[in-house]
Amino acid sequence: MIGLEHFLTVAATLFVIGIFGLFLNRKNVIILLMSIELMLLAVNINLVAFSSYGQDMVGQVFTLFVLTVAAAEAAIGLAILVCFFRNRGTIAVEDVNVMKG
Amino acid sequence: MIWADLTIFLPEIILSLFAMAALLGAVYSVKDAATAILTWATAGLFVVTAIWIGASADGTQVAFNGMFIDDAFARFAKVTILGAAACVLVMGQGYLVKRGMTMFEFPILVTLSVVGMMMMVSSGDLIVLYMGLELQSLALYVVAALRRDSAKSTEAGLKYFVLGALSSGLLLYGASLIYGYSGTTLFSGIIQTASEGEMSLGLLFGLVFLIAGLGFKVSAVPFHMWTPDVYEGAPTPVTAFFATAPKVAAIALFARVMHDAFGQAVGDWQQIIAMLSLLSMFLGAVAAIGQTDIKRLMAFSSIAHMGYALMGLAAGTVLGVQAMLIYMAIYVATNVGTFAFILSMERDGRPVTDIASLEMLSNREPGKAWAMLALLFSLAGVPPFLGFFAKFYVLRAAYDGGLAWLAVAGVIASVIGAFYYLRIVFFMFFGQDRDDPAQIARDPILSGFVVASALVMIIGIANLFGIESIAAAAAETLVN
Repeated sequence: MIGLEHFLTVAATLFVIGIFGLFLNRKNVIILLMSIELMLLAVNINLVAFSSYGQDMVGQVFTLFVLTVAAAEAAIGLAILVCFFRNRGTIAVEDVNVMKG
Repeated sequence: MIWADLTIFLPEIILSLFAMAALLGAVYSVKDAATAILTWATAGLFVVTAIWIGASADGTQVAFNGMFIDDAFARFAKVTILGAAACVLVMGQGYLVKRGMTMFEFPILVTLSVVGMMMMVSSGDLIVLYMGLELQSLALYVVAALRRDSAKSTEAGLKYFVLGALSSGLLLYGASLIYGYSGTTLFSGIIQTASEGEMSLGLLFGLVFLIAGLGFKVSAVPFHMWTPDVYEGAPTPVTAFFATAPKVAAIALFARVMHDAFGQAVGDWQQIIAMLSLLSMFLGAVAAIGQTDIKRLMAFSSIAHMGYALMGLAAGTVLGVQAMLIYMAIYVATNVGTFAFILSMERDGRPVTDIASLEMLSNREPGKAWAMLALLFSLAGVPPFLGFFAKFYVLRAAYDGGLAWLAVAGVIASVIGAFYYLRIVFFMFFGQDRDDPAQIARDPILSGFVVASALVMIIGIANLFGIESIAAAAAETLVN
């Protein structure tokens, strides 16, 4: 029998993979965007699971909002990335270093 | 029924309609040639809306079944946000024209982010919180990369985007846990399940994630990594905007969530926020010492100031929220003047941000140097100036709230922090003559803002312009 905790475990695992993808990835900014997407989708699994097991529709409405915002966020991220590529000719993470911080 | 809700939401609706109409109008007509008129129109609309919101002081109204709250606290934050945004738009206009960066998108994006901020401070529900935060953040990512042809500006935008999206993810994960373990997204429902000492583990986890996400937005240590780079890389008018309105919105949202949704469990979040506050104050004070770029220095300065504002929140009392609101209002007034000064720094028509280029400014520009002295002393919290009273309020609130150790640490951090502000004053008045000093642009608008802000720092000590009682009333409605 698959219960709520199984869904939460999957979501937590995906979320942690997303965070690790952000911090350990040294290659390519596109992978950062994919990691961010993974984190948001893990949250969606959480919301839908809670919504389904709690018999409450709000979680699914929240999921739709999150999906919409995630799409907008990816569009803006890619747009900024294109501008960055035009200036620097690279999208490697280690080349994002004009300013040291 | 729906009309009553929409009436409460009217300022936000008008601003978003204005943004959309302005975007369409500018795209289908003269494009960038409309920038100047659009900037003034936007700033004017902000001022009118601020006066309207400030004048409509009639208790607490709730729209959409509690999802949107219009109370004295939200109104105080909204007026501060709108005022700051209007000042920054007017200040930045001359700079953008001079550097060939007139883009009609700038005032429109600022308007959209201001709508997001107004939703944030009025949110009564996790969904509204998230939508407001994202509307604000998405617009800010774009304005950080406003200078498309500059490697620095696009890099600032990229860094801000990646770390901002990470923080939204953390916040959202926290929100999903809070929703799951309390069964509702409404703050008024969460507060009934989240009472002190008997919060479920899932709710506590959600709270911690939520605080981490909000910590990113207010740039509290240890979530501050993006701040110096974004401040340095973004065009100066954009940096001025980042340092003012979004900070007020983020910290007001922080207070809103902590008190409206977790107000019965103060003990559970007080220690976390006290720790964020302590780290921010000390890192902001220590890391700013070695900076040579004034925009980077202002980034660390804003981190330290957020530490003090969080100290007020950590107190968890009415007095604490009141102190936080007063602190933010004074912080914004000071920063507007300081950034007006930074915007006017140039050499042969090109902007400079090097602190050493200010050496012996008092010989060349005595008036500006004295005005800047007042502003820097106020930022440092030196007694006769307004900044001292801001610090005094939060320290007293922390002491009364049982956080005497935090108040003592705050005093120590402010003494350390005074060093780098006084270093700039030392350069301006007792430095050495240089062959390549910074000139100060002859711009009446910028000079007006610097002088006005400096005068506010001095005249304000009489009665703080009466914001004390307004902030008290605002705090009263939030904490109960």
